[in-house]
Amino acid sequence: MADLLDLTVAEAAAKIAAGEISADEYGSAWRAAAAADELNAYLWTAEHVDALEPDWNGAGESAPAGEGEATPYGSNTPAPADSGPLAGVPIAIKDIFTTQGIPTTAGSRILEGYRPPYTATAVRKLTAAGAHVLGKTNMDEFAMGSSNENSGYGPVLNPWDRGRVPGGSSGGSAAAVAGGLAPAALGTDTGGSIRQPASLCGIVGLKPTYGAISRFGMIAFASSLDQCGPFTRDVTDAALLLSVMQGVDPLDSTSVGIEGGIELPSREDLAGLRFGVPRELGEATLDAGVRAVFEATVSRIEELGGQIVEITLPHAEHGISAYYVLAPAEASSNLARFDGVRYGLREGGDEDLIEMYERTRSEGFGPEVKRRIMLGTYALSSGYYDAYYGQAQKVRTRIAQDFDTAFADVDFVITPTSPSVAFELGAKTDDPLAMYMNDFFTVPMSLAGIPAIALPAGLAAPEDGGDGAPRLPVGFQIAAPAFAEQKLLEAAHALEGALGFEAAASDAIPWKGGAHA
Amino acid sequence: MIDREQVLHVARLARLRLDDAEVETMAGELSGILEHVDRIRGLDLEGVEPTSHVVHLENVLRADEPWQSMPPAVALASAPEPFDGAFRVPSPQADAD
Repeated sequence: MADLLDLTVAEAAAKIAAGEISADEYGSAWRAAAAADELNAYLWTAEHVDALEPDWNGAGESAPAGEGEATPYGSNTPAPADSGPLAGVPIAIKDIFTTQGIPTTAGSRILEGYRPPYTATAVRKLTAAGAHVLGKTNMDEFAMGSSNENSGYGPVLNPWDRGRVPGGSSGGSAAAVAGGLAPAALGTDTGGSIRQPASLCGIVGLKPTYGAISRFGMIAFASSLDQCGPFTRDVTDAALLLSVMQGVDPLDSTSVGIEGGIELPSREDLAGLRFGVPRELGEATLDAGVRAVFEATVSRIEELGGQIVEITLPHAEHGISAYYVLAPAEASSNLARFDGVRYGLREGGDEDLIEMYERTRSEGFGPEVKRRIMLGTYALSSGYYDAYYGQAQKVRTRIAQDFDTAFADVDFVITPTSPSVAFELGAKTDDPLAMYMNDFFTVPMSLAGIPAIALPAGLAAPEDGGDGAPRLPVGFQIAAPAFAEQKLLEAAHALEGALGFEAAASDAIPWKGGAHA
Repeated sequence: MIDREQVLHVARLARLRLDDAEVETMAGELSGILEHVDRIRGLDLEGVEPTSHVVHLENVLRADEPWQSMPPAVALASAPEPFDGAFRVPSPQADAD
């Protein structure tokens, strides 16, 4: 059985299609692995869902399968297709994606018990390609956080060291894949919520271009930044999942898809490709171990024939400031819908509507969500709008222009993914700004809307660990121009082969029974 | 930078009810964050176009054809207090004076 769980998604799907392994056996093995979750990575697994009352919506039936595929009501979860590129493959889904009839909370107590009437397009595309929903993963409440400690359902533990965070906000998805509890998972990335946890958990995380994948059914945090993407063990699987999920969706008018689609990458060298290293990286605050892995990876790129070029992103240092105005501003508006009227929690207020709103929201939201709503409401309030929100939108323009200028000269921009390796649980919970700084290297790409991938590149000792503390994974980030995902995946594939992270870290890799054992 | 009165004002706008301890903490934390964010207020960005959205799309329209909407029973299935095919709420008039 362990052999089955060692297969990548692409390998397993090929073996299932060829009849070499049974989809039932493969699926059961993963269901058993998911059910043995000790990391609090899952909020729901397939077992829990099977035990639910099926007539949940009071209508006596779920939406008719296949009927009106393009209507909100018709976008249900059809039974997984029998054939397709993901036939028989179970995938863990971040709990921010609506799944018809399957509880969906976005990590918030305000949505406890909520069972959505339709399924997110990204999930529906996976099931249409033959995938099964393995479970719903834990996350920072409404995707606000960088450690998964803001979940209303308890923190997720990092499978490399259970005293440390998995990163966030998609911490459950990252821990599930890294911990051998899922072969692949879906996450969302608003300012780094796929790339940072992928980095801290030593797996691959891809944030596609804004608009590459439909946002329909993704509970909105910051609508102009949110984008969904895969967590996988390798670059090929990331390409496979992206190829299935990308595309225009009539239910999301900001979706545009990727022209020409996505093919599995095959490139083994980097000859003729130019990689830009931001000059500003020299001044940036990051751990020595992370910097060493970054520099070693840069050498690998050169060995593969890639050319390293110094570039400048002069406004990237203001990314965090702009992001923590724009994202909370959009969130304060998006989260107005949680008011105790149509779904989720309702608290008191028998006498008065406003009192009901206030009590529901105060009971239902956790501290970080309240903080962001307050920050966003303040930034949008009369007298401050231009100074904060307007100015942040202009910074965003400047950051996007910096990337445009860089990409006129280079094919990719490379940085570390996160300034440190996984930190200890509780280390940053009392200092919101220190927590926000985790996103320093990932936020600029989000603001510019461009694709970026996080690759595990090596191991480093944590600076907050004692002597003999186990070394932890370090991520490497490659960003590309908008919709250049194919090129990005090809380069990442070549680099991944040369880095040989899985072989180098073999004994320590949790999904191979290392830290998990 | 953000005082207690401002916190209470913003909380009212956001329909959040904060207890005394939360007001204190929020004032300190928001001030700290805004102090960092304030660095962008000093940047000279005169004439720079604001970006609200990175994908350059014109209005996206769909064909004006009826499609299947959610049946009322399904839409009401998750409501805390469904009543006679509608969402029931406390009176908005109760507080009027």
